[in-house]
Amino acid sequence: MSLSPPPFSVVSARKLGLTFETNDGPVHALSNVDLEVRKGDFVSFIGPSGCGKTTFLRVIADLEKATAGEITVNGMTPEEARKSRSYGYVFQAPALYPWRTIEKNIALPLEIMGYSAAERRSRIERTLDLVNLSGFGKKYPWQLSGGMQQRASIARALAFDADLLLMDEPFGALDEIVRDHLNEQLLKLWARTEKTICFVTHSIPEAVYLSTKIVVMSPRPGRVTDVIESTLPAERPLEIRETPEFLEIAQRVREGLRAGHSYEEQ
Amino acid sequence: MSLILRSWQGATALLLCLAALASLPMLAADAPSPFGGGTAALIFVLVAGAALASFANISAPLLATILFVCAHLAAWLLIGGLSGNEGKATSAFFLMIAASWLLAWRCVTVLSGIRAKSRAADTFLRLLIPTLFGAWILILWEAITRGAGIPFILLPPPSAIGARLAGSIPILWADVRQTIFKAVLFGYVVGCASGFAVAILADRVAFLRRGLLPIGNLVSALPIIGVAPIMVMWFGFDWQSKAAVVIIMTFFPMLVNTVAGLAAAGSMERDLMRSYASDYWQTLFKLRLPAAMPFIFNALKINSTLALIGAIVAEFFGTPIVGMGFRISTEIGRMNVDMVWAEIAVAAVVGSVFYGVVALGERATTFWHPSNRGG
Ligand SMILES: Nc1ncnc2c1ncn2[C@@H]1O[C@H](COP(=O)(O)OP(=O)(O)OP(=O)(O)O)[C@@H](O)[C@H]1O
Ligand SMILES: [Mg+2]
Repeated sequence: MSLSPPPFSVVSARKLGLTFETNDGPVHALSNVDLEVRKGDFVSFIGPSGCGKTTFLRVIADLEKATAGEITVNGMTPEEARKSRSYGYVFQAPALYPWRTIEKNIALPLEIMGYSAAERRSRIERTLDLVNLSGFGKKYPWQLSGGMQQRASIARALAFDADLLLMDEPFGALDEIVRDHLNEQLLKLWARTEKTICFVTHSIPEAVYLSTKIVVMSPRPGRVTDVIESTLPAERPLEIRETPEFLEIAQRVREGLRAGHSYEEQ
Repeated sequence: MSLILRSWQGATALLLCLAALASLPMLAADAPSPFGGGTAALIFVLVAGAALASFANISAPLLATILFVCAHLAAWLLIGGLSGNEGKATSAFFLMIAASWLLAWRCVTVLSGIRAKSRAADTFLRLLIPTLFGAWILILWEAITRGAGIPFILLPPPSAIGARLAGSIPILWADVRQTIFKAVLFGYVVGCASGFAVAILADRVAFLRRGLLPIGNLVSALPIIGVAPIMVMWFGFDWQSKAAVVIIMTFFPMLVNTVAGLAAAGSMERDLMRSYASDYWQTLFKLRLPAAMPFIFNALKINSTLALIGAIVAEFFGTPIVGMGFRISTEIGRMNVDMVWAEIAVAAVVGSVFYGVVALGERATTFWHPSNRGG
């Protein structure tokens, strides 16, 4: 890397671009993305469908290769970062293995990374407790509700020592009440574990409620149109969503999203 | 009308009884030992009584018991009356057999409507219904072959096959040992294992995959009739040549299914493994093989039948003087069709047990698959 990123930077993207070569011509999923994610940040990505949120997360995770620009993760290339197991990824669907119990699913990364049996047991117990699933370890994924499955998949990403958590619409398929509850828990968890979180969402209140930094994106080509630093305090009860400060930030996000949409119609 | 609808089998059975009464006697006039008046009357009372009972408002288990006892007792008396009178049955006889059969049908209908309270009762019911079904195939077979005097060569009655089976246990056992325990089992294990191993190899080495799979399709289309004599030339008359045929037949279904199964894991599940920086073997054992299990068991089940067919047919092309295929081909030449049928019965039982064991293994390992859940 020619540009050495600042030491506190977890993700640093410079003029990042990604073009998919498809049968009906190139698709510019990302273009000219500049972004700094600092250690301990909670960054939300919001934008209309197809604007490249998932693609950006996948580039960070080295599941997709950028075709232009530069990106570092923990000061390394994404591939090195993946090989040194520096992130946990929560997919849009739970992606639990149906032949393994919840416990065994959480044990999966631990087995692969060579944790001892005793260590595995204690970590399973701790992460199950963290996502409020104690007592469900012996169940199979298909015996749990969608919300519980999604929490189990979060537990799986928390079980090993990665201080970066990439979450792609983890609560997209859940109802409002469960979602509120999980948002609250996620904030507590973030405060407790001091992880850096990159979080994709379609919901403005969710983005504003959770984040220290909100990245607004727009499609064709996928790019960052606004980066909003949140001025909300670290301590956030659910009621904070009715305060003028909260609504002001939400308004700015909404305007950013609108601007992106009008671009699309030109 | 609604009364008839409550048990159309019962109504039809009553009609058949009337028709049979009109066309008595049940055996031709020149039959050596006709039915006694008492026996004939008893048969009519049993059938008509049970048919009437099927309209009555009584509890399902009681009704099922009445129907079961009457239908089978009547059938037993009818078939018992045939001994010495083969080929002399009249239409009255067959009408009564048909009436008993309808009552048994009613019995099964009543049984399948019963909600078992305990687990044991449930299992009992689930076994009883197919057993009754199978028993009636045999009863009708027996009544028709003996009642109508069908030539033994064409279709022997099941009782004769059973007697032959019971009388030839040592021979049948030797045949099973030769064909099943040597050729089939050895060929099946080696064929499936090598198909599996080559599938893993083909998964790692791309050129093998591209080269082997088309050849696999070609070989699985080879006629066993052509391969078997060549294997006998290569590996001799004993079981080894039959095992070779079985290996050829089972290898490619296993190869093709395993290759397909290894591709079955979803892209998100693979990405998950990639995000853990998991190596090839970890991904194989923790994701791709478990996801491939339904495919692999599919091949194991297909192969269990293929192996049996392959070994038996291969024995037609030369064996030592033992083996199921050998026995079938020689006994048919001597017109001992009952022995042929006995071998067929043994092959059917062995094949079902074989398949059943594989299916049990499948239930235990792919319980998580959407098609098996909750059962
Ligand atoms: N593997 C691929 N091949 C070709 N095009 C792709 C591929 N993956 C994504 N794209 C395209 O890249 C663009 C961005 O997709 P991406 O999945 O990142 O959107 P998103 O912002 O996550 O959308 P959503 O909110 O609907 O999940 C889309 O236009 C999509 O069609
Ligand atoms: Mg997406």
